[in-house]
Amino acid sequence: MADGMDPTLDQFRAETRAWLEENCPASMRTPQVEDETVWGGRKEEFKNPDSKLWLERMAAKGWTAPTWPKAYGGGGLTKEENLILQQELKRIKARPALNSFGLWMLGPVLLEYANEEQKQKFLPDIVNGKIRWCQGYSEPGAGSDLAGLQTKCEDKGDHWLVNGQKVWTSYADQADWIFCLVRTDTSKKHEGISFLLFDMESEGVEARPIKLISGSSPFCETFFNDVKVPKDHLVGRLNGGWEIAKRLLQYERSNISATGFGADRAGTPPLYERAKEYVGTDASGKLLDPDLRMRLADLAMDDKAFKLTVARMAEQSKAGEEVGHTASIVKYAAAKLNQKKTEMTVETLGYQGLGWEGEGFTDLELASNKAMLRAKANSIEGGTSEVNLNVIAKRVLGLKEHKG
Amino acid sequence: MTFVLTEEQNMLKEAAQDFMSEQLSLTHFRKQRNAGANGKDPESWGAMAEMGWYGVLVPEEFGGSEFGYVGMGQVLEAQGRTLASSPLLQTAMVGVSALVLGGTDAQKSTVLPKVAEGKITTALAVDEHAHHAPSNVVMTAEAAGGGYTLTGKKVFVPNGHFADLFIIAARTSGSAGDTDGITLFMVPRETDGLTISELSTLDYHGAANLELNGVVVPAADVLGEVGGGFALLDAVLDRGRIGAAAELLGLSVAAFEMTHEYLQTRKQFGQLIGSFQSLQHRAAIMFSEIEQTRSCVAGALAALDEGRDDVAQMASLAKAKASHLAHLVTNETIQMHGGIGMTDEHDAGFFIKRARVVEAMFGGEGFHKERFASLLGF
Repeated sequence: MADGMDPTLDQFRAETRAWLEENCPASMRTPQVEDETVWGGRKEEFKNPDSKLWLERMAAKGWTAPTWPKAYGGGGLTKEENLILQQELKRIKARPALNSFGLWMLGPVLLEYANEEQKQKFLPDIVNGKIRWCQGYSEPGAGSDLAGLQTKCEDKGDHWLVNGQKVWTSYADQADWIFCLVRTDTSKKHEGISFLLFDMESEGVEARPIKLISGSSPFCETFFNDVKVPKDHLVGRLNGGWEIAKRLLQYERSNISATGFGADRAGTPPLYERAKEYVGTDASGKLLDPDLRMRLADLAMDDKAFKLTVARMAEQSKAGEEVGHTASIVKYAAAKLNQKKTEMTVETLGYQGLGWEGEGFTDLELASNKAMLRAKANSIEGGTSEVNLNVIAKRVLGLKEHKG
Repeated sequence: MTFVLTEEQNMLKEAAQDFMSEQLSLTHFRKQRNAGANGKDPESWGAMAEMGWYGVLVPEEFGGSEFGYVGMGQVLEAQGRTLASSPLLQTAMVGVSALVLGGTDAQKSTVLPKVAEGKITTALAVDEHAHHAPSNVVMTAEAAGGGYTLTGKKVFVPNGHFADLFIIAARTSGSAGDTDGITLFMVPRETDGLTISELSTLDYHGAANLELNGVVVPAADVLGEVGGGFALLDAVLDRGRIGAAAELLGLSVAAFEMTHEYLQTRKQFGQLIGSFQSLQHRAAIMFSEIEQTRSCVAGALAALDEGRDDVAQMASLAKAKASHLAHLVTNETIQMHGGIGMTDEHDAGFFIKRARVVEAMFGGEGFHKERFASLLGF
């Protein structure tokens, strides 16, 4: 980035650097520890007190949502300024001040589709991390065929009445509010869906965590039994929710592309470096297992190719070029890459990658097989890989639907 | 990182695509093949010289346009699309790079203007055995009478069957496998003791084996440092690898487009075969591989223009990915075309034949994965 050409940007960089030096606590510049990750919301405990300070300082500047308008609590930065902010954050290895579905998914569609009152009501609490959101999309009978959802939403005059069940609701038991796809017209499929926001503390809402093969419970079954929702909490048009739902999925997928499923944990060396310790090297520094060595090279190449593709898209998009075709492959490629990476991590660590808990293993070693198991969902969540390939084949390559 | 083409680069790309599809089309390629040309097509090469493409990497002071590697990559990708046989890769990219990176001013001013005008072609002769192994040079170069005497052999030299000037890697010291002790020499085609055997190759582009028996080379024709030529050779090869990757990308995209077209026209069981999910998914996977390989090739070309220190890594990445892609796409092209793809009458065979040759050229997928690992230090 040749911001040396623009004195305003140079000044912004200098100011940002100085502010970060002063305001980012030292412990927030160390590699992220899993249970210190900040998701915000009423239930946030801030295991590390510095993380609270860091969030408050960043939120006060609007820098948890750097490009959102200042009117809604955002940072009001231009793309160029945000790029500099991200570079400077990376430079000091700062942990994210806030992880949030509100920032990554809901906020962008509210900016686009919500009315002024809704924006004022919901956006600032996303920026400052006061409200944590969850995503009510999938249902037991509506997975890949999401538009088949059945959760019923009836107009009761002065309120909406919601009945039904969602599943795979990420962190529903931790979240304060839900953005939810509901059926407001049973006579049509896609055109009978609306986009509704409500409080998870409303009467009739129950979230039950689902225990996964990785041992963790990031997802819930969520039940709605006669839940009353104020009329002004429906975003966009009545029965116009599918368009919003799809746009939100785009943000979800592009967030995946920006970070990758395999977002390497800050401070963790690349796998081929770690392999030296676990596999051993010969006199010339080559890994002793020649087959693993070649496959690690293959993985490193896939990783590089993926990162170059994301960078290419970002650059072309900035230059105003159409990148939809390239974007369509990103989620599919990201899932495949992360599954390969996490599988190879377990393989490379050998016995040390096979501990479940307790003594005899480092935290990083214990995390490796959980990550491998967690990654199995990468090709299921946010559209399965098979659905992704269907989308590429039909929308990008223009191949026809099979008849009967 | 530069992934967005400038207006001039885009113009070059379009001009190259137009030229290739009009004058060096697959139909033209088939005609040449049927006539037994073995890759020699001086008439087309003359037209390419008029387009100025041999001088894309030649500095202006030596008669070129010094337009850069990203631009050259566009021309090579376009050439890959129609499988055209020309000296662009071996002369305009590899040969010119050798002179630009390692040549003295006298050598540059002797050779480069002629290359830029399309008057002479070059060929790089490195390998002596069945696989690409640039340090595995046995050919000897003994100091004698103020110059050197070269003895040994070279195999499967691309463009060697017509090149006017050879750039030959020989050993002034050390033994096979050592990177130290390798020196590059310029040897004109008509030189006593040089025997050239023309090869008829799978891709109909041809190549040559060289036999050097006491070939005398004056000291003035040493390219680069005596005994320290490997770094220069590897840098020149990296340019060849990236250029070959650009050709393979073009080849793969064209084979994919042909297959994509067939999926949308061929009917079986009363419907277009492109409506079958098993084929749709494989087409989508090929598309995904093409997009990611394009990023690697574009990144590698940009690394050259920007003079970055990761050129070697990027070259191995691009060549391995492009070789893998071409292998996948040319196989799927035949499978998805079914029986018609097995016939000589159809172009599918031309793609797989050319792909296999360029996949191996300057090192295949395995060579470059191994090299990538070494470059990353594991």
